[in-house]
Amino acid sequence: MNDAQIIRLLASVIAQSAPLMLAVTGETITERAGVINLSLDGTMLLAAMSGFVVALKSSEALATRGIDGDLLPVLIGFGSAALIGATAALLVAWGSIRLKQDQVAIGFVLTLLLADIANFLGQNYTRMPGPSVKHLPIPFLRDIPIIGPIFFEHDLLIYLTFVIVGFSWWWMYRTQPGLRMRGVGERPESAFVRGVKVNQIRYAYTAIGGALVGLAGAAYSLDIKLGWSDNHILGIGWIALAIVIFGGWRPVRGALGAVLYGVTKTLATQLQQSFPEVPVVLFNTLQWLLMLGVLLLVGSNAIKRLVDIAPKPLQRPLARALRVAPPQALGQAFLED
Amino acid sequence: MSERVTKNVWPVVPILLALLTTTLLVLLVGADAGVTYQALFDGAFGTSDRTFSTLAFWVPLMLCATGLLITFTAGLWNIGVEGQMIMGAIASSWVALKVAAVYPDIPGWAIIPLELLLAAGAGALWAALAAVLKVRGGVHEIFGGVALNNLAIITTNYLISGPWQPPEGGSFRGTVPFPEHALLPLLGNTRFSPLSAVLALALLLLIGLALRGTFWGLKLKALGNNLRSAFLLGISSEREAIMAMMLGGALAGLAGSVRVLSWFDSLRQSISGGIGFLAILIVLLAGLRPVWTLLIALIFSALLNGGTIVQLRTQLHSSLSGIIQGLLVLFVLLFGDYRRVFRPKQTLAEELQHE
Repeated sequence: MNDAQIIRLLASVIAQSAPLMLAVTGETITERAGVINLSLDGTMLLAAMSGFVVALKSSEALATRGIDGDLLPVLIGFGSAALIGATAALLVAWGSIRLKQDQVAIGFVLTLLLADIANFLGQNYTRMPGPSVKHLPIPFLRDIPIIGPIFFEHDLLIYLTFVIVGFSWWWMYRTQPGLRMRGVGERPESAFVRGVKVNQIRYAYTAIGGALVGLAGAAYSLDIKLGWSDNHILGIGWIALAIVIFGGWRPVRGALGAVLYGVTKTLATQLQQSFPEVPVVLFNTLQWLLMLGVLLLVGSNAIKRLVDIAPKPLQRPLARALRVAPPQALGQAFLED
Repeated sequence: MSERVTKNVWPVVPILLALLTTTLLVLLVGADAGVTYQALFDGAFGTSDRTFSTLAFWVPLMLCATGLLITFTAGLWNIGVEGQMIMGAIASSWVALKVAAVYPDIPGWAIIPLELLLAAGAGALWAALAAVLKVRGGVHEIFGGVALNNLAIITTNYLISGPWQPPEGGSFRGTVPFPEHALLPLLGNTRFSPLSAVLALALLLLIGLALRGTFWGLKLKALGNNLRSAFLLGISSEREAIMAMMLGGALAGLAGSVRVLSWFDSLRQSISGGIGFLAILIVLLAGLRPVWTLLIALIFSALLNGGTIVQLRTQLHSSLSGIIQGLLVLFVLLFGDYRRVFRPKQTLAEELQHE
């Protein structure tokens, strides 16, 4: 393999990881505020379906009025996907906060239900061509050797994903509202005593996180895995939920986790082509074994042991960097009185 | 409206909401709602043959649900039930293909118990994996379950496209049909095996009673309610959790066995047919009550059967029955308790704290 091929491969890894990055960032935001939205797998399917179908329909409708081009229909498609994502997430939050029901139960029911609804409503739109996000290299930046073609030869959605990941890191760790949000997820009682409206904040971040998850779904059907088919992206939602844990509920590490997943997937495809005699199933198992592997890594005390054998001065920073702890009030409803 | 009327009429509300939403979705894809519901109803309750195929869905559903009664009581989310079912199906298929077909002299009364036993064992082991990952590896059983489900599906696909591929080759759909004496005895021309129904009912009765009336049941409840009280009772929570998962897995394995040995006659690509996940919905809806579990499983099986007829008659996607079932559970979870919907927040909070 020559250099140009490797660069092209890396660029495709970045593009492939972008939707997953969006979903992971969205769920990280929701969970940091204290709500588990387990419905990702179903939500992303429904968002992917509706993103594609709404974009297709609106492009047809706009064409009859003499407005051509993919930009507007694609935007409307993404809008509908974000709306669906936010609604599903709010349903989980509302069921928990207002109706005092189990978040995991509602999330799980939604996972199955929304997948069924996606397959049902999308049944007449399978394997159809439709609008998609336009390729948009960034002038000048694309000419930087190596970095240019890997990071700046994509489309607007992928650049925006990087911006969203960076922005959510900045918001969470460098701003007052971000601090408040983490407080609501860690110690809602203390936040409440300080006059923070705990449940209001939880609703807000659940909706924002859900909207990002919805965008992630449409990012597949309108950009990375074009169009719609039965169970188009089944399983990706679960991968995203696992990466949130692997990322230790931090946006940047979560994004890196998404890239790691993309690298593994690409590597598996490459290896498969190089070793055709090895059964394909072996490569299919890879992503699920990897999921178990990384969850074991962060769940067991493997990390602690790793820190213990490191040289003394490195131990504290290493422990801090590798720390994986869920928000303390994750999944618990908060009674405001 | 007086409180008593509300209390008695309220359960209808989630059902109506579910039907209303389903109707909207049917209209949204441009189908005729009347024709669709007619097909669904005919499929669910129409002829006696269809009643028996409803019962054939009901048996594995019930076996999975009974297993989930155990794991939910212990506070465990056994999402891996689908994979455990598949592993049970694979184990039974192995007996049918590698023992019954190779040694045709072994009689059915020896083969069938062996198939069921190995299926239960395989399901239990697959569940044990998820349980050990949880208690020893800190991997939540939901994620362990999802990964193990997918690994089980991939294993099936590997077997039927590789080592167990039929000699004509080509098809990626299933193995060769098992020998007649390796299958469960069926009722007439139906796919319903009365023997498996008796087994499912007996196990439900046994486990329902054991959960209610034995120290084991009490221990599981303590484990499910909170770990501290389990600790005070002197229960080794790790061991109990693993045992509960394994028992649940054994029942799921049996369900998988029933699927390949009566509904199908070979190992197929999608042998679970979503039955494991559906069983989770049923137990959630029944709120861990065995009798309700039985009744709801019956209704859901009828819907499942109806869904296949809808697909045959109207070409609508078979996910329709899943949508009705999912909406029902969602709306009952959300709105089932009218007190939670109408009472002002403060009193609700107080009530919940007293409970």
